[in-house]
Amino acid sequence: MNLNEPWWIDAIKALVIINLVLGVFAYMTWVERKVIGRMQQRYGPNRTGPFGLLQPIADLVKLIRKESFFPGSAIDVLYITAPVVSAFTALAAFSVIPFGAGWQVGGYDITGQIANVQISLILLFALGSFGIYGFIVGGWASDSKYSLLGSMRTCAQLVSYEVSLALSVLGVILMAGSLSLVDIVHSQEADWWYAVPQFIGLIVFFIAGTAETNRAPFDLPEAEQELVAGYHTEYSGMRFGLFQMAEYVNLIVLSGLCVTLFFGGWLGPWEPLGPLWFVLKVLLVLFVFIWMRTTLPRLRYDQLMSFGWKVLLPVATLNALVTAALVVAL
Amino acid sequence: MATVERPRIYEGTRIPSPIPTILRLSDELRDSPDVMQVNFGPNHPSTHGVLRLIVDLAGERVEGIEAVIGYLHTGFEKTMEQKTWWKAITYPARIDYVGFQNDELVFVLAIEKLLELETPQKAVWMRMLLCELNRIHSHLVYLGTAALELGAISMFWYCFRERDLVLDLFELVTGVRMHTRYFQAGGLAEDIPPGFYAECRKFTEWMPKAVDDYESLIDRNEIWLERTQGVGLLSADDAIALGQSGPVLRASGVDWDLRRAEPYLAYDKVDFEVPVLPNGDVYDRYRVRMIEMRESTKIVAQCLDRLEGMEGEPWIADDRKVVLPPRHELHTSMESLIHHFKIVTEGYRVPEGEVYVAIESPRGEKACYVISDGGSRPWRVKFRAPSLVALEATATCMRGALVADLVAIVGSLDSVMGDTDR
Repeated sequence: MNLNEPWWIDAIKALVIINLVLGVFAYMTWVERKVIGRMQQRYGPNRTGPFGLLQPIADLVKLIRKESFFPGSAIDVLYITAPVVSAFTALAAFSVIPFGAGWQVGGYDITGQIANVQISLILLFALGSFGIYGFIVGGWASDSKYSLLGSMRTCAQLVSYEVSLALSVLGVILMAGSLSLVDIVHSQEADWWYAVPQFIGLIVFFIAGTAETNRAPFDLPEAEQELVAGYHTEYSGMRFGLFQMAEYVNLIVLSGLCVTLFFGGWLGPWEPLGPLWFVLKVLLVLFVFIWMRTTLPRLRYDQLMSFGWKVLLPVATLNALVTAALVVAL
Repeated sequence: MATVERPRIYEGTRIPSPIPTILRLSDELRDSPDVMQVNFGPNHPSTHGVLRLIVDLAGERVEGIEAVIGYLHTGFEKTMEQKTWWKAITYPARIDYVGFQNDELVFVLAIEKLLELETPQKAVWMRMLLCELNRIHSHLVYLGTAALELGAISMFWYCFRERDLVLDLFELVTGVRMHTRYFQAGGLAEDIPPGFYAECRKFTEWMPKAVDDYESLIDRNEIWLERTQGVGLLSADDAIALGQSGPVLRASGVDWDLRRAEPYLAYDKVDFEVPVLPNGDVYDRYRVRMIEMRESTKIVAQCLDRLEGMEGEPWIADDRKVVLPPRHELHTSMESLIHHFKIVTEGYRVPEGEVYVAIESPRGEKACYVISDGGSRPWRVKFRAPSLVALEATATCMRGALVADLVAIVGSLDSVMGDTDR
């Protein structure tokens, strides 16, 4: 915590970041539809405003105005809170991701993140795990067979890939010698970004992250060709919107984390422009996610599990062990 | 290219008993609380229309399956009995709405067989050309939807890009994109329009490249191979026992294609390969259809070679009792006017008799059994629907499958519900 930073600066930053993230989420849906459309020889949204730019707003209005259908046999409290929990944890996770080196404005030190927590990485994973409850409980509480199947898949998939995800960043933590994301970025200033020495870690992180965020080819929990819509089958209106938001914000958080850990966060040619480099890198990572979604078929459940436990986990463990040995030796 | 270890095709038979189309829960699972019964369909994102599958799931594993059909029953066969012969031709194309041109052909061939009517060569070759274009169309729809169901969403759009080219050709010839009613007893409804050969030639040159594209997208994709190889096994014996035909049969290693076994039209005069693959899984069914698309393109090219030398030849038989007289004669010839009036109002009469005509449609043996009592309407029409037969293999293929395989298997059998329910 920086003592020279009064609480109201934190509040302003939080407000800015939350709106920024929500804005990126809204336009992420637009970009995704546009990019996928182009890759599939279509136009994508182009009716609402120039280049369909008003599409996210139209979607929002539609979702809010829609009846929030409520299955009679659903468990009320859980059914209603589930999307809220998911959306909240997804947004909260962004508070620890640094987007700039920090500035001095009018005698105040402004840090480049909302909360500078020393164990920010652990906090991130904790929030991520907590957010999964939303998906699991939501599917279970809506008392539908498809939702239940979706929840079961979410449960198994997220639990098994979380392990690999955590292990994949162990190498970075060991090299940086810190759990704080700010320190990790600073330690990349000197020489290579960790994408190079921790290349295997990056690959594992990326794959496990794709599975964590339910993106293709790991989008089993909501494989519409199999389970209609998975855990959010029975959700409609803005409750569905919240789930969708949670998912996209999770994806943005993951991209932000990926950039911070492996691509030097805000580091770029001119330091005051830090947030710009950060955003650019995040957009590039997001593009890769969209690209994968258009290209790859979906894995099957048992293949997903065996890949997670038999391939990803050993590779991540080995990577962590080798890194640890090298860090000690050098 | 990645090589995936494929499970060998099973020995003996796996057809469920006592009812071959229903996979029942085993005794120990019947009362188990772990088994969940789920309805897939009749409206579900991947049941190809309105197929309803009642599936017993133990976790992700499919332990029991029963198909409920009939949601798209339209009574085509009965309706056709109420229509004169030449009006009834419009109906078959709507039965199998993906392989429409082949359906139209089989009924027209049945009428011609009853009438003992000779069709001019130009009509024969044009029919063959359109049927092969239609086969490509049907396989493209299969490939697009099957890939979509396995999560490869972009394939759908690439396939539908080429499908549109095929439909454009149909529109150029017949004026309609689907359900053309271009074939009729005696030949074709109209002459082939100028400019068609050039457009079609362009298509035959483009299509092999497009198939290369599809293959490069999914055939070397490890996930695609993992999802399709060794899934939905159907042995040759079981395939025959279940009456399979078409790509499903050929993917199980049985060399049977009506175009070669009992050539109709001029299939004995064109050069093409019949793909036969041994593994009987979803992947082989996909491969068979990919190869067939290439072979169909070759047949189309050969038809074009022939047709280009037939400029000015008649496209319909010269039989005034069956075929409408040319329009211009109506103003000058009394006989033509009478013939026109009789055919349009009463319809032509077809001699008494019954025939069974079978052709190789994109989905397999599509056949038409027609009885005529000598009147101007068919007395009974019955179609052998390859989609229904393919659907009967679902329970056998589904042994030991997971939910995700269920989607892949139903997709690979390529049933069109219009054809199944009629």
